[in-house]
Amino acid sequence: MLAKRIIPCLDVKDGRVVKGTNFEGLRDMADPVEMARFYNDSGADELVFYDITASVEGRNLFTDILRRVASEIFIPLTVGGGIRTLDDFDRVLKCGADKVSVNSGAIADPSIIGAAAKKYGDQCVVLSMDVKRVDGQFRLFAKGGREDTGIDAMEWAVRGVGDGAGEIVLNSIDTDGVKAGFDLEMLDALAARVSVPIIASGGAGNMEHFAQLFTHPGIDAGLAASIFHKKQVDIKELKRYLRAQGVEMRL
Amino acid sequence: MIAIVDYGVGNLFSLSSSLKALGLETEITRDADKLRAADRIILPGVGAFGDARAKLDATGLVPVIQAEAARKPLLGICLGMQLLFDRGFEYGEHPGLGLVPGQVVDLHGALEDKTLKVPHMGWNSLQIVKDDPLFRYVRDGEYVYYVHSFYAADCLPSTLATSRYGNVDVTGVVRNGNVWGTQFHPEKSGNTGLRLLRAFAEL
Repeated sequence: MLAKRIIPCLDVKDGRVVKGTNFEGLRDMADPVEMARFYNDSGADELVFYDITASVEGRNLFTDILRRVASEIFIPLTVGGGIRTLDDFDRVLKCGADKVSVNSGAIADPSIIGAAAKKYGDQCVVLSMDVKRVDGQFRLFAKGGREDTGIDAMEWAVRGVGDGAGEIVLNSIDTDGVKAGFDLEMLDALAARVSVPIIASGGAGNMEHFAQLFTHPGIDAGLAASIFHKKQVDIKELKRYLRAQGVEMRL
Repeated sequence: MIAIVDYGVGNLFSLSSSLKALGLETEITRDADKLRAADRIILPGVGAFGDARAKLDATGLVPVIQAEAARKPLLGICLGMQLLFDRGFEYGEHPGLGLVPGQVVDLHGALEDKTLKVPHMGWNSLQIVKDDPLFRYVRDGEYVYYVHSFYAADCLPSTLATSRYGNVDVTGVVRNGNVWGTQFHPEKSGNTGLRLLRAFAEL
């Protein structure tokens, strides 16, 4: 059967992985290529790279890193950050990305989803959304979670999937950084509305949180950053633990 | 040299990188003479069946591929594997290359549990049903990476391995003579995929 996926997320700025990393045994603890290699060896099912640089130099550095990672790591790679046009899709796909994640770019211009899906296929387009509860509604936020768009997040997801998004990353602002578990209520609400794979993000603090997550059948993957980077959770150990709990895992 | 057929379908970066990582000489080409000179041919592919068939026709390489398939190992990957069959039913009926008996049909229609997501996307375990030199370095039950909405059916005699999705045994690997095909992406299936590609290079 199809395995549930464990996905570490690497935020890259000026060629370095940011968000406190605490790797022992790596030559360079913030080198994205070294970290990608480490995660691949640990059994990560997929890697997500977010480009959080603003400068042109930083962007070129990012695509260079992506090319190096894709030359030696042969698992699916998703790339996001600063994706606003089809040219942006093209740029990262040529460097070895398999999927491209859009967030603010789709809020600024929703037609990017349909245009990219038509050109590269639905499987290539990931709709990433930052969502927070406001007045009893799941509200879509823009600009890295700083700006309330006033848009109903569930409606936004349904529309995105209708336009061709092949997967959704749901990052709950309410649980992000709290490390008290994924936002299962929000994730269930999304799973009830869309039929594409859902990647849960925000809130993982320990292995049990992943076990809880995968008791919800509509969820396909769990994504996290700092708990993996800081080795609070070891992916190899996590996957063995989940399999022992009866979750289908690639070991 | 392993020739990767370039017909404007999909991203060949990972495929050529994975072969290079194995130390294999490869060339992405749409030159008929290079396909004739190659030791092995890989037919990749991402997208829709009819569109890919039209693009392959436009290169004029179809008769070359069909002729070379009788002389050297050919590996179709994902949509490239689907194109090996007699016909495909994605957005209408389209002729395949007729190198492996069978047809390519809608996965959603075959699934009894309609809540199962299509595309069948992610890591699934491979059940080897017939041993083959392609599995020299791969064990039964290893996980491989799939992304597809259609699958090969009516091809049991050629089927070497399957992956279970709901009630369907998704055709994972096929072989007919010199022609092999994998529905999953070996170039995205981690070390398992690399080992399979290495075995292909040694066939």
